[in-house]
Amino acid sequence: MSAVTYVIYAFLAINITFNLLGSFSLHRFPDVYTRLHGATKCTTFGTIFAVLAVVVHAAYQLHLTGDPKYLQMALHSLVALIALLLTNPTGAHAIAKAAHLSGYKPVKAVIDAYEDKLRGGAE
Amino acid sequence: MMAPEFFYAAIIVMIGAFLALLRVFFGPSVPDRVVGVDTLNTLIVAGMVLLGAAYDRTIYIDIAIVYALLSYVGTLAIAKYLQGGLE
Repeated sequence: MSAVTYVIYAFLAINITFNLLGSFSLHRFPDVYTRLHGATKCTTFGTIFAVLAVVVHAAYQLHLTGDPKYLQMALHSLVALIALLLTNPTGAHAIAKAAHLSGYKPVKAVIDAYEDKLRGGAE
Repeated sequence: MMAPEFFYAAIIVMIGAFLALLRVFFGPSVPDRVVGVDTLNTLIVAGMVLLGAAYDRTIYIDIAIVYALLSYVGTLAIAKYLQGGLE
């Protein structure tokens, strides 16, 4: 057990915690918008740490063995992380806008600024 | 199996994916199901990267990249359909 192993275990623990929190938030929140908020933020943060654990593991194996397939593994994991970071918030925004436009209002909301903006008046 | 800790982490991530699948099945409205599918896609990408490290195969991570981009296109198509027409 070297220090790198403990770093990998810490990253995997953060990954498991936040991914499970994101899944549970789908069942604990009352409407679409709060579910989207909890699920998207938590799973994106958890997946960042999953990819970081894989990158640390691959860099350590590259340092130990010198096999170039571990360099390929680290770089491709980073590409997957960048794709996920670019597409996940955009998809969440599109879902929230489509849900609001198709008539699902927020539960127990007092102020709906997007509805006011759609009606064309700021009063 | 090269690194079993990544395998156990992937199993727990897949338990979270099963919880998201329950939201897809029992969601009361259509946007609830879409949110469940979006969460499921992110968790499947995370699990696939972890399995690629566990079984020591880089091809799983390449498939995860393609899956992330294609699921983004699918989510955008469903959102465009929900907000009223594709024309």
